[in-house]
Amino acid sequence: MSGETDVKLTADVLVIGGGPAGAWAAWSAASKGAKVVLVDKGYLGSSGATAPGGTNLLYLPPDKEMREKAVQQRMQSGGFLSEERWIHRVLDQVYENLELVEQWGYPFVKDENGVTQRNHLQGPEYMALMRKVVKKAGVKVLDQAPALELLIDDHGVGGARGVLRQEGRDWEVKANAVVIATGGCAFLSKGLGCNVLTGDGYLMGAEAGAELSGMEFTRRYAPAPAFSSNTRSRLLGWATYYDKDGNELHGSRSGDFLAERLLEGPVYAIMNKADTPEKQAILRSSHAIFFLPYDRAGIDVFTQPFPLTLRYEGTVRGTGGLRIVGDYCETTVPGLYAAGDAATRERVTGAASGGGAFNASWAICSGTWAGQGAAVHALGQGAGAPERKLRSAGRYGLADGRTNLTTSRADTQELIQAVQDQVLPLSINYFRSEAGLTAALNKLNSYWPGVSEQAPESAYDRIRAREAAAMAATSRWMYTAALARKEKRGEGLHVLAGYTELDPNQHHRILVSGFESIQVRPDRTFLAGVAAGSHQGTEQGA
Amino acid sequence: MIELVSAERCIGCNLCVKVCPTNVFDRTEHEPVIARQSDCQTCFICEAYCPVDALYVSPYTDEQVDVDERRLAEEGVLGSWRATLGWGPGRTKLAAIDQTPFINRILPERPIRAAGISDVRSPATS
Ligand SMILES: Cc1cc2nc3c(=O)[nH]c(=O)nc-3n(C[C@H](O)[C@H](O)[C@H](O)COP(=O)(O)OP(=O)(O)OC[C@H]3O[C@@H](n4cnc5c(N)ncnc54)[C@H](O)[C@@H]3O)c2cc1C
Ligand code: SF4
Ligand code: SF4
Repeated sequence: MSGETDVKLTADVLVIGGGPAGAWAAWSAASKGAKVVLVDKGYLGSSGATAPGGTNLLYLPPDKEMREKAVQQRMQSGGFLSEERWIHRVLDQVYENLELVEQWGYPFVKDENGVTQRNHLQGPEYMALMRKVVKKAGVKVLDQAPALELLIDDHGVGGARGVLRQEGRDWEVKANAVVIATGGCAFLSKGLGCNVLTGDGYLMGAEAGAELSGMEFTRRYAPAPAFSSNTRSRLLGWATYYDKDGNELHGSRSGDFLAERLLEGPVYAIMNKADTPEKQAILRSSHAIFFLPYDRAGIDVFTQPFPLTLRYEGTVRGTGGLRIVGDYCETTVPGLYAAGDAATRERVTGAASGGGAFNASWAICSGTWAGQGAAVHALGQGAGAPERKLRSAGRYGLADGRTNLTTSRADTQELIQAVQDQVLPLSINYFRSEAGLTAALNKLNSYWPGVSEQAPESAYDRIRAREAAAMAATSRWMYTAALARKEKRGEGLHVLAGYTELDPNQHHRILVSGFESIQVRPDRTFLAGVAAGSHQGTEQGA
Repeated sequence: MIELVSAERCIGCNLCVKVCPTNVFDRTEHEPVIARQSDCQTCFICEAYCPVDALYVSPYTDEQVDVDERRLAEEGVLGSWRATLGWGPGRTKLAAIDQTPFINRILPERPIRAAGISDVRSPATS
């Protein structure tokens, strides 16, 4: 690290990541009176899975019956790995926060009865607004400032280090509480806004001793134009599908249909179920980004066929992430909090995907809670972070003078490609089988030592090397967990060939941790509050 | 992928350099340069922010294509995403006319296949 030119800051709370989860965490911690620094790999306001497109949200009026019904539905679809109390918490909190978003100036539309519709946020507008709100709350923001590693001592986490990639300098922030809000891991599959999401937070957290949960729930691909990035695909609900000869294919964007068909050959769609100019106009003013790539490619989607592909989304619309153990999204490491897609979303989504409304709502709520918890924790510490004897927690893919490189140097780009080759194919990761996953995991395990043989020098290479390490680790946690769940639970976010039934004996979450050898163990703590056997009947019926 | 920074239009505000999530541009004395094109994730964010419609992101994520600035300008493509978002003076924001909350009202009917019955048409539920 380059000495006097480095930027060194101290704060009470450091938030890593500036998507919705990080933005809400920073705002929430600052509102509690904490001094907050937020760093983002890209830019708070434009970076991450929400910013380029947008998200639908849970917005249920505080009607007891309605909410109870929503909670029960979710418990069911999530295979009873979620918790009623947590789903209620999210429904309550997101309702309040969306009212704040309106007060801050987001121009929500009204229906013909004058009722404000707060269940969808256009990404660029929402995140630009959050940037304003966060800065106004006094948060110091460092953009283009990816975190590379945490700082720790015997009392837990005390800050982080990274680079200011446009200045070629390093930064170091000491803070008694750190919120990881780095989003999920989509393995550079070029889904909309997702190439900044390489699992960095999982790696940093795990190096500090945190566990991960739900990593098997990562069997998640999204339809996109074969030639482009846009994975916002809700509007395909108005499409008819065809094979290359123009024969109609019967199926929908959810389920196995697209994956199965794409293995056989190209699939095309036409949005011909939006069959009037009025309907077409409504769709164009909804998920507007859906149309952009087609318009630019000269395709009239309402009358002309366009080719589709599936892009892998990993944990972004999967549900796994850092394990959280308390109401304020505490990890098991003192001073370390996780929010948004960086955290497991099982407490609210269970075994089902949170895409569609839960994930975005969870980002808002978990961010709010993590920010509060971090602020209270930091402000309650006697010793300021600057007095702590902190050391680097980073261990893998750093190589800036800390590993003894002998002769072999792994090429970062090759490493990334090798990991992608085991993670992106539908044949391995969608159509999961014990043989397929085991073979892939063996390969991934054999690549792992290469992670520490990278010798990055430039800021660019140092970031990429850590991303490679994070993706390699994430892929191994994913497949290790996937091989440990031998049943079908929830809505198909993990399916292993040959295991088509729900197994009541596997009514637990799966925790993974560690690097060289990965530990796996079941977690049943969330069942403690549930009367023994109370779900038995439903489970057998599900 | 990003394909164009128009030297003619650019006013050198460097907003695109700041907001690009994957750090594709480099600052120069004049207009920014596309320094790491293969890192572009085709998110269209830079276009949304450029105040003078000087950028063009092609829809093709994996291949580089040649673009003709004059044609893009004539066809109204330059700045079109920013216009759709309703960003820029005198425009109505997309968020303020967002139709997403109402799309379920125009859901297509879809055949529901119950056991033994095929192609019974009924309105979709969700
Ligand atoms: C196309 C698409 C559509 C979606 N639609 C919906 C929907 O309709 N409803 C719904 O509920 N959910 C939806 N989702 C999911 C939703 O977008 C995410 O759950 C949400 O964005 C998570 O917020 P986040 O803040 O945790 O992560 P993100 O929004 O992904 O932000 C993570 C941030 O962390 C930063 N970062 C990453 N690594 C580092 C590092 N090392 N150092 C510093 N910063 C770092 C990134 O730059 C980024 O800004 C969708 C996702 C996609 C991809
Ligand atoms: S945002 Fe537009 S005007 Fe500003 S530097 Fe970039 S290209 Fe030039
Ligand atoms: S499209 Fe997105 S990733 Fe590509 S240059 Fe523009 S802002 Fe950067």
